[in-house]
Amino acid sequence: MRDVAIVSVAQTAHRRAAEELNEVELIQPVIRSAMDQVGATIADIGFTCSGSSDYLAGQAFSFVMTLDAVGAWPPIVESHVEMDGAWALYEAWLKIQAGHADTALIYSYSKASPGDLPRVMSRMLDPYYLGPLWPDSVAYAGLQARAMLDAGTITEAEMAQIAFRNREAARNNPNAQVVGSASVDELLAAPMFSDPLRVHDCPPISDGGVAVVLAADDRARAWSDRPAWIRGIDHRIDSHNAGARDLTTAPSVAIAAERAGATGAFDVAEVHAPFSHQERLVVDGLGLGDDVELNPSGGALAANPMMAAGLLRIAEVADRIMQGSAGRGVAHATAGHLMQQNLVAVLEGDS
Amino acid sequence: MSANRVAVVGVGQTKYTAIRGDVSLPGLLREAAYRALDDAHLTMDDIDAIVVGKAPDFFEGMMMPESYLAEALGAVGKPLFRVHTAGSVGGSTAIVAATHVESGVHERVLTIGWQQQSVSEAMWALSFPIPFQQQLVAGAGGYFAPFIREYMRRSNAPEDIGILVALKDRLNALKNPYAHLHEPDITYDSIKESFMLWEPIRYSETCPSSDGAIAMVLASESAAEASSAESGVPPAWILGTSMRSEPATASGRDQINPDAGKECAADVYRQAGITNPREQVDVVEMYVPFSWYEPMWLENLGFSPEGEGWRMTESGATQMGGDLPVNCSGGVLSTNPIGASGMIRFGEAALQVRGQAGDHQVDGAKVAVGHAYGGAAQFYAMWVVSSEKP
Amino acid sequence: MSVDPTEDRSVSVLPDGLWTQPVADVPGGDGEDPVRRLTVPAAMRYDYTPGLAQSRFLRGLAEKKILGERCPVTGDVYVPPRGVSPVSGLRTTEQVEVGPSATITAFCVVHIGFGVNAPPTPFVSALFLPDGAAVSLYGTMGEVSHEDVRIGMRVEPVWVDDDQLTTSMENIRYWRPIDEPDVPADELKGHM
Repeated sequence: MRDVAIVSVAQTAHRRAAEELNEVELIQPVIRSAMDQVGATIADIGFTCSGSSDYLAGQAFSFVMTLDAVGAWPPIVESHVEMDGAWALYEAWLKIQAGHADTALIYSYSKASPGDLPRVMSRMLDPYYLGPLWPDSVAYAGLQARAMLDAGTITEAEMAQIAFRNREAARNNPNAQVVGSASVDELLAAPMFSDPLRVHDCPPISDGGVAVVLAADDRARAWSDRPAWIRGIDHRIDSHNAGARDLTTAPSVAIAAERAGATGAFDVAEVHAPFSHQERLVVDGLGLGDDVELNPSGGALAANPMMAAGLLRIAEVADRIMQGSAGRGVAHATAGHLMQQNLVAVLEGDS
Repeated sequence: MSANRVAVVGVGQTKYTAIRGDVSLPGLLREAAYRALDDAHLTMDDIDAIVVGKAPDFFEGMMMPESYLAEALGAVGKPLFRVHTAGSVGGSTAIVAATHVESGVHERVLTIGWQQQSVSEAMWALSFPIPFQQQLVAGAGGYFAPFIREYMRRSNAPEDIGILVALKDRLNALKNPYAHLHEPDITYDSIKESFMLWEPIRYSETCPSSDGAIAMVLASESAAEASSAESGVPPAWILGTSMRSEPATASGRDQINPDAGKECAADVYRQAGITNPREQVDVVEMYVPFSWYEPMWLENLGFSPEGEGWRMTESGATQMGGDLPVNCSGGVLSTNPIGASGMIRFGEAALQVRGQAGDHQVDGAKVAVGHAYGGAAQFYAMWVVSSEKP
Repeated sequence: MSVDPTEDRSVSVLPDGLWTQPVADVPGGDGEDPVRRLTVPAAMRYDYTPGLAQSRFLRGLAEKKILGERCPVTGDVYVPPRGVSPVSGLRTTEQVEVGPSATITAFCVVHIGFGVNAPPTPFVSALFLPDGAAVSLYGTMGEVSHEDVRIGMRVEPVWVDDDQLTTSMENIRYWRPIDEPDVPADELKGHM
């Protein structure tokens, strides 16, 4: 396998509605920043890959216009996934492993604010049996929380503690959308939102984006004093059928973690758990102990731009390694309802 | 660092038709997947990863449908990957699947492209009335017809070249049991007299709207040879893959003969060791949704000098008995489930070099090109496959 | 192995061993028609916003001005602007008024009605390169027979009445010929 590293990352400030910007204007400064940090132009990039969703944008082929932000002229080698940007990074990593490229630009974004996100997300469900019922994404996540509470794998107080810890951590994240939290007792005193979920258990709805530059071998060392090497990366999917799944586990997290070599000690972990109870599923799947710094960015509970929030987790870990504040980290991205699809990446700096 | 070898060892297609009302969406995909697995003499258990592609989700009214399809595709516990690159997506998806193997990370990958265009109103799915955007009041054909007119002006091509392409492709489709349109009575005159939609494009020079799916099994060198030993059918070895993109509008961009297409072709030929494509390529499946795109792409892909692609069509060179048969399957003009259309081109190229194309087989085909394009003629995907291991 | 596409390939007839999952025993038909179609209306509301550059462009249209924006690298003026030059990937900030006169760079004659605001058929759908711009705008032709439309033809926009002007693309009702010599078509390459 080739040594492939993240050499630069950039992200927007995440907010409820980037009303004044179109998607090109939203993502362009981020792409530019990631490229400028390594002094690259598009001619230095061997492969470009992005992730976004037409349903969030409310437009077919919405990614086509966003290509303007790259400056794809003369023509470039480029692809797009209708997935979170973490999977765009996976495609780029494969491309580099295959020897088709030495460098890659990855970006992902969403401007979900034009639509009603929980309702839009229901269009992802089984079109014959679930879609016609229009279950909103919060209520659907609530089914999982209820299953976990009933199984005793989490308590409401633990859910509140997860929310509290993430949002307090977000005080140190200049790009976070929801920063700081009331006390756990106060959170637990709040009314139910979608029982058993309270508002604090739910992610914000965010507009935002992220960009990452990848490079292999010597190019990575030339572009970064301290590249964040991708030591392993894998993704797996579970059943879509909530009735056929044990909702208190996410088996695909553990499989992806094993395949990615996510064992041993980590300085930092960034996990993509949009709802508080889901963090427990990932932590258990990854087998993380108490010694790891968990979600120093505040995670998806502090900012949850769809299609970007997974790649953001990888970017946050990479950033800490590049800055030298972490030596080895694990990042996790999820997609679909109920933590159906999961990606795990292990990143490491030179020791 | 060079890529690991990869080959196509299984191809499966559904019957393409206007409405596949007899199967569910998962059933449609499984039909194609089973056939590809049968062809490869493999089962779902042998598959390491699944790579799927389709055009905009609004077509079926389902957001990211792959998550719903995980079980139907045998993907539970495995990697499932979704590509979307507009009309080129079928080709791009096959290339991403190939990359899964070339990287050395996966041994056997199942890839599927599909579209169920009957499920929603395609015009709605393609063009929401967003108030501040430029409205195409003329549909997709209205977008491409001006570029065809400009091609006709530049090349001084006779006005009936498009009719010749349509007649050839629709007659070829009669030899392909999977093709959507089977029109045994079609003639030069019936095409000429068909309704003018977007002058110069007539109804019979336009692709249909289809339901359908295609699946392929891609395998590493050792896995391909093992599969081939079981099936008795030679693998289609991939000699090269390439993708190129350019902006929809850019000063200096030529929509008639786009740079991205030229560069994509040059790149894939370089990988495949092709220096004279007209001589060295035995058969081509190219993405021709409107008849005139055959001569346009013949030039763009380097099979003909600029301005003279129509001469190949006119001379019969692109017919099944010609020296460069194009779209022996009937092409996009006979079958167009958009998200699958690019992969059908890639899969048909593989069928030709495996000797599996049945009545539309080109005798002795050794090297075949698959081509797809999308967006505002701005996204390109190509591969070259061969009966001989590189 | 060739497969007959008309062959019944439903789960129930798959040969044993090809699919390791247990094969469901699908109950036989009881004479009722199968469910062939399930209609689920999916109405969703999206409140789009056009962004900074398109807002500037739309405000211009409300004053019967066509405002493009300049690529800081190549100097080309893009219209309608999307805020970023598609060739350099850099922000465009300098606004440049282009047109209103323009040149047809490509067109077709449409014989079928599409879209909400399509004119009566046949009509000419065309690309119009406003003077001073590097790329063309979409629109339709009026006040001329479709047989007389040419690539290179000089045209001008016909606006809606002043009291109808809004921040909308629909302010331009259509384009019509003006009495100027055609631009040679070869000079229009690269500006569609």
